[in-house]
Amino acid sequence: MMSSATAIRQPDEMRPLSNENIVEVRNITKYYGSDIHALDSINLGFPTGQMTTLLGPSGCGKTTLLKIVAGLLEASGGEVFVKGEPVTGPGPERAFVFQDFALLPWATVLRNVAFGLELTHKPKAEREEKARHYIAEVGLSGFEQKYPHELSGGMRQRVGLARALAVDADVLLMDEPFSAVDEQTRRKFQEDLLHLLAVEKKTVIFVTHSIEEAVYVSDQIVLLSPRPGRIHSIIRPEISRSKSPDDIRRDKNYLDTVEEIWSDLRKYLD
Amino acid sequence: MAASDNPNSDLKNVTLYRVLSIIGVFVLWEIGGLVPISVAFPTFSSTMLALFEMTADGRMIRAFGETLQPLAIGVLISGGFGIAIGVGMGLNRLFQWMGEPIFVVLQASPVAALIPLITYAYGIGLTAKTVAVIILASPIIVLNTYKAVRNASPTLIQMSRSFQGTRLQEIVKVIIPNAAPVIFAGLRLGVAAGFIGVILAELLITPTGLGDIISYHRSIAEYAHMYAAVFSIIVFSAVMVGLLEKVETNYFRPEKKKGQ
Repeated sequence: MMSSATAIRQPDEMRPLSNENIVEVRNITKYYGSDIHALDSINLGFPTGQMTTLLGPSGCGKTTLLKIVAGLLEASGGEVFVKGEPVTGPGPERAFVFQDFALLPWATVLRNVAFGLELTHKPKAEREEKARHYIAEVGLSGFEQKYPHELSGGMRQRVGLARALAVDADVLLMDEPFSAVDEQTRRKFQEDLLHLLAVEKKTVIFVTHSIEEAVYVSDQIVLLSPRPGRIHSIIRPEISRSKSPDDIRRDKNYLDTVEEIWSDLRKYLD
Repeated sequence: MAASDNPNSDLKNVTLYRVLSIIGVFVLWEIGGLVPISVAFPTFSSTMLALFEMTADGRMIRAFGETLQPLAIGVLISGGFGIAIGVGMGLNRLFQWMGEPIFVVLQASPVAALIPLITYAYGIGLTAKTVAVIILASPIIVLNTYKAVRNASPTLIQMSRSFQGTRLQEIVKVIIPNAAPVIFAGLRLGVAAGFIGVILAELLITPTGLGDIISYHRSIAEYAHMYAAVFSIIVFSAVMVGLLEKVETNYFRPEKKKGQ
């Protein structure tokens, strides 16, 4: 697995729905108003249990694509399939982690984490027990009764992650979850996230503009080109996850993949 | 908000400074009365004596009883309907377009000039005074509520939707608590405006309650009594506004209790 640097395959136009992809998007097109063409017929599969990153320069429509998959935005054309079924709105099999956390400022950490369960009318005792479990999972035990304004940015995002984990969705959708936290917190968070996902067995769709982050956390990287957003290429960084985080960051494969993506993307910056 | 090792000593200091500020105003008032700034400007101590005298003989309590009736009815109507109308306008474009012009015009109009007109429609009784309170209090409550609801955080709304929240849950659990600080600011301003309305009505329509005490003692040049009535209104109004703040932090925004 370590020999080939990266395997690049072009997106084929019409792949059949397959069992290995928990989420598939077909011919997704999005216009904002009449003149802004954000996404142009995107066809993409998200393999079950894997971490797929949407990567690209700003304006390539990566957050738009994520919100369409989440059912928070309506596509102008095309379809989204979750477990083989077409979906048009949000559903219990998908949970969203927001860039700016989206925590209720008037609710404690406990209620924020349990909020997804509160909306689906789970009994209070059950939802609080679940919330406490995931608060511990993300390393926030002891902060249950704090309010968001008493936490640091990194801790707030852990609350956002715990809330998404608590509803027990199969797919986590993460919109630049670390962009609002500082670099040290970000690295620690990436490591914790990988560890947590290995335990929880989730499929993750992750939006980022950081190449290093994408290569570090992903099984599959989808490079999007801007205006209109199209799939430029799909990269599978073949990096062994058994190594320590520091060794991965020094790994030749890791560095080569980062370099390759950078040389691909820089042409869009002129 | 100052960071301190011991939050308790910090809190004590805040109370101390607040008390000092109030005492400072009373001292300046006493000096102003002793100078005197005007023959119609009594000292703080004589005002307090007059207040005590009128409270002891029951005049003050009867006056409050009369004044509070139209005020309480008016504020309850303005608060209840005002928040309902404001929420409706914030959630629904059609309500917004229909309601906005009425309340903006009402807020901008010189209501004191309208009060004599109220007597043509509603006479000189309780109804007329209640209407005066509503006209003054409701626009600010409606407009604050509507703006707060309209500007509810779009990310929080998306969050609620992403976890399958229904529209009703979105309104009750996200939009209204999110708007609560601005709605309560509107309510506080509305209560203060309602006070203006009821006193104006008592001065301009028929002299009853506190308005009667003010105009009667002014006419016989007992300025200490007049000021005592004005002082009691200010204190009462401040207490009401403080109570509203308590309701807000206790039931809607508990995080503010810690943030102060």
